[in-house]
Amino acid sequence: MKRRDFLKSASGLAIGATFPLPAILSPARADARSETLLVVTEGGPNNLDIHGVGTNRPGYETSWNCYDRLISHETKALPDGTMSYDRDKFKGELAEDMNLGDMSVTFKLKKGAKFHDGAPVTASDVKWSLDRAVTVGGFPTVQMKAGSLADKEQFVVVDERTIRIDFARKDRLTLPDLAVIVPGVYNSGLLKKKATEKDPWAMEYTKSNTAGSGAYKVVSWKPGVEVVYERHDDWVGGKLPQIRRVIWRTVPSQGNRRALMERGDADISFDLSSKDTFEMKKEGRLAIVSHPIGNGMYSVDMNVKNPPFDNPKVRQAVAYALPYQKIMDAAMFGLANPLFGGASNDITDITWPAKTAYVNDMAKAKALMAESGASGIDTTISYDLGAGDICEPISVLVQESLAQIGIKTAINKVPGANWRSEMAKKTMPLMINFFSGWLDYPEYFFFWCYSGQNAIFNTPSYVNADMDALIDGARTAAAIGDKEKYAKDVEGFISKAYREVPRIPLFQPFLNLAMQKNISGYVYWFHRQLDYRSIVKG
Amino acid sequence: MMLLKRLVTVVPTLIGVVIVTFLLTRVLPGDPAVYFAGPAATPQSIAEIRKSLGLDRPLPDQFARYVSDLAHGNFGNSLSTGRPVASEIASRLPASAELTLSGLFLAIAIAVPLGIFAAVRQGSWIDHLCRLVATAGVSLPVFFTGLLLVYVFYFRLGWSPAPLGRLDAFATSPPDITGFYLIDSLITGNFETFRATLGQLILPAVTLAIFSLAPITRMTRASMLAVLASEFIRTARASGLDRRTVILTYAFRNAMLPVVTTLGMVFSFLLGANVLVEKVFAWPGIGSYAVEALLQSDFAPVQGFVLTMAVLYVALNLAIDLLYGVIDPRVRVEG
Amino acid sequence: MSEAGLAAAPPAALQAKTPANSMLRHAVYVVTDNPVTGLAFGLFLLIALCALLGPHLAPYDPLASDTSATLQSPSLRHWFGTDLLGRDIFSRVIVATRLDFMIAIASVALVLLIGGLAGISAGFFGGWTDRVIGRISDTIMAFPLFVLAMGIVAALGNTVTNIVIATAIINFPLYVRVARAEANVRREAGFVQAARLSGNGDMRILLTQILPNIMPIMMVQLSLTMGYAILNAAGLSFIGLGVKPPTPEWGIMVAEGANNIISGEWWVAFFPGGALMVAVFCFNLLGDGLRDLVDPQRRT
Repeated sequence: MKRRDFLKSASGLAIGATFPLPAILSPARADARSETLLVVTEGGPNNLDIHGVGTNRPGYETSWNCYDRLISHETKALPDGTMSYDRDKFKGELAEDMNLGDMSVTFKLKKGAKFHDGAPVTASDVKWSLDRAVTVGGFPTVQMKAGSLADKEQFVVVDERTIRIDFARKDRLTLPDLAVIVPGVYNSGLLKKKATEKDPWAMEYTKSNTAGSGAYKVVSWKPGVEVVYERHDDWVGGKLPQIRRVIWRTVPSQGNRRALMERGDADISFDLSSKDTFEMKKEGRLAIVSHPIGNGMYSVDMNVKNPPFDNPKVRQAVAYALPYQKIMDAAMFGLANPLFGGASNDITDITWPAKTAYVNDMAKAKALMAESGASGIDTTISYDLGAGDICEPISVLVQESLAQIGIKTAINKVPGANWRSEMAKKTMPLMINFFSGWLDYPEYFFFWCYSGQNAIFNTPSYVNADMDALIDGARTAAAIGDKEKYAKDVEGFISKAYREVPRIPLFQPFLNLAMQKNISGYVYWFHRQLDYRSIVKG
Repeated sequence: MMLLKRLVTVVPTLIGVVIVTFLLTRVLPGDPAVYFAGPAATPQSIAEIRKSLGLDRPLPDQFARYVSDLAHGNFGNSLSTGRPVASEIASRLPASAELTLSGLFLAIAIAVPLGIFAAVRQGSWIDHLCRLVATAGVSLPVFFTGLLLVYVFYFRLGWSPAPLGRLDAFATSPPDITGFYLIDSLITGNFETFRATLGQLILPAVTLAIFSLAPITRMTRASMLAVLASEFIRTARASGLDRRTVILTYAFRNAMLPVVTTLGMVFSFLLGANVLVEKVFAWPGIGSYAVEALLQSDFAPVQGFVLTMAVLYVALNLAIDLLYGVIDPRVRVEG
Repeated sequence: MSEAGLAAAPPAALQAKTPANSMLRHAVYVVTDNPVTGLAFGLFLLIALCALLGPHLAPYDPLASDTSATLQSPSLRHWFGTDLLGRDIFSRVIVATRLDFMIAIASVALVLLIGGLAGISAGFFGGWTDRVIGRISDTIMAFPLFVLAMGIVAALGNTVTNIVIATAIINFPLYVRVARAEANVRREAGFVQAARLSGNGDMRILLTQILPNIMPIMMVQLSLTMGYAILNAAGLSFIGLGVKPPTPEWGIMVAEGANNIISGEWWVAFFPGGALMVAVFCFNLLGDGLRDLVDPQRRT
């Protein structure tokens, strides 16, 4: 270990005599060190419960590791050796048996499943938890609805260890929806005691305490500083994790996180910038893992309701003006899958995300602008400051290119927490946007981003009856298993989206992390957070 | 009594601070209701949440509610952490205070001797050097100084421990008596924690100290010069007292007055610089707390932070005035 | 009261009668006597020159990106190296001089106007004017300065104008205090009484008699505030509330380059940081020099 080597050298001893040594160097601590994982990230959770109001993404990580679900996904190895969840294969987590009927599915819970406080996990706990998910409102309820899980009546306790979930309609997404973070199983016995009249679901309690049956439990949480987890030794959801203790520290400065990793003082730095990833990979001192983010893309979105971008020719002109390769190099250092330069905008297979046929062709862009009849455009490009690493170079390059086709652009940085509000207003004419869906199916992406319900993620405010017909058609076809119609509709809606281009895909980004060379077992999950349960040290 | 009179003059200031903080945070962009409603929120759910947060009432109404909450010691809840602001500030204040006081202490320990030295050797190259060094320290943005120190002393030389905050991840924090880790660990005899805390404290304290050297040095030098040129010093010298006694016992004591006044201003200056230093060193203080809240348009912590700072500043000035009275009997007689 | 008038610096009316070259001689003496002050004056001229001629001196377009040449270390082609988007840092540093200089001067002009006027009104009229202005000043001072600047910029939006306004507001109390003290001293001075007797109204006296007389003392503060304005902008950029990209400004260049120090690309932050430090350093030393020039009694 780096620190040990440093200590052994004479200079280290001399310096150690004059400066206080870090506490980890005492022998007792060294043992603790080998069973503890130190993770550093830019920000931490603001709420330990994904059902909470306004819980941020780091909060999802805590919920994932501390609560179990009925089912989860198997893992698979990709050609380059990285492990990823397997979208199409499920396995039981709390359930030992799954019986899929025509309009319902029945689960039998594992024997000996216990909550962190020792109480047994029963079917009524599962029902209480699922009821909670569909009742509390906000993001969790919306997510449940995406899989057609909306009513408490759908969840039926058959006996102490058996629960049945009735389908409201046939929906291919119902089962995967049960494997996402939201339908976690909560300790209803404990929480009912902590509930009050004003707070019937004990949201106050779960905000700062974990009441689950998952592999880890939170033993200490200092908001903005650290979260400390300890292993739940009675976990039945899978193979008992090797790591006994996880310390998750918040280190806001990117440079410092990198310094910590390079000096060996932290085990995992999660969600690295592309630049750091690229350089650290070159140096070769750490294990670097990059994985494309499923069902996700960075794009340049234009508001199609108002001029000038209500004119399709203007949008296409912009699509030909963007310097795609420059953007990938400057923003992602090549750590992304390009979504441009494909064969044609008439898509012929259902792989998603798909490449558009657009390339950087200034002549074509200028011709289209001339055809469009619009001129002298003065607009603003906005982006989320929270993703400033990536978005800032993109905004500057886009500004430069658009200037060449007669579109003057001012850059507007929107602070991270205000980005959602700005999106909700739906007044931004031009923006750099990122979206990734948990359920890795194209119709899921299109449901949120292109359909007539005009959700917050439909940033271009694109509403089109034909598009809706194709999206609904695809969903229905998937539900009844009609593969041919499904493919036809998916290809249809992707092609339409690319021809009319309210949103110009740029690239599919990678999720990067750095680990010390003695750490292994990382698995990429759809929620893009770290799963501690599979990590192995040494 | 003098104390009471001073307190009375403070009241209108505090009222002004309360009004300004309220207005300022209401003007911040970003809508907490949308933040809370989460993704795929409908206009109705946003309106409902706005109502439950009390944001749909007219401004004077909100202000009245705010003031009455304050009177009960209720600083509201932080939207982003969901905890009561008052308890968060109380738990994070010792961290910032320990850092700022360490920085100030270090600055005084260096700047005062430097200023005296420069004054005694006025016009020489030492004088110029002192001036240059002090001014150089304050000419760099404080976050840059901090990052440079981290790069040199942690990354390159490995002398300083990792900038992970107040304590290394594997050390245990001392029991919470004063909240100052240095004091608490000494009281309970936990020397390992004391050394760990000191190690983590050195770099950020040095960063702050570098930044506040200049005003203290300058003031000490100017004040010493003025005193050294005065009549009673000439008398002391003429009476045959040795140099050391003249400078330290007579001149220094009298020169301290304006320096003490400067300290108040420097402390306020440091409280502002604290915000940046806490970000660089991942220090869990109120500065970083307030900045994060500010960037998320989270009103309550920002208001709580500013009010706490204003009260502290007023208390500090009061303390300085009293200290003044102790040092300079003339003030006591006149006051 | 006449003693107070005599102790103050010679009023502008009398100074005009003194030959200009004796002032110049005094200035030359101060500059040469203290080499540090001479250095500061020289630097100041250099910076002003850069600000004026900036865009003409820059070899490359400061906004032109070149993704094939990103993060190159200093070389003969790019004296200060290139940044994340391949832009020439030397050109950006030179062109940024103008913006930073403008921020410094604008902040100082604004605070001198509002703070100076408020201060002399408070000192001259006394009574309620004094009390109200005093309370406003105290309220502003009760906030930690940087936090107030952050709040103002966050609320109003991060444009150069708002950064200037924020800097002016937080320096307001200092100028009020100095101006008020000076105006108080001169309130009953002989020349003011003479002006009053000649039938000049209060406002006229304020603007034509008192304001010019306090200018020399204020000059010292001005240069310190100029340095502070630039540092303030840099701090705001670090938080994310500084000027908007791709505007070249020293502070934001340092803030952006700060992350590159660890990965070894020291030049991205070093050169703008160096320029910033030299400028602020120069303004601070200038303050000392001006103090010597204006009022030898207060020499520090």
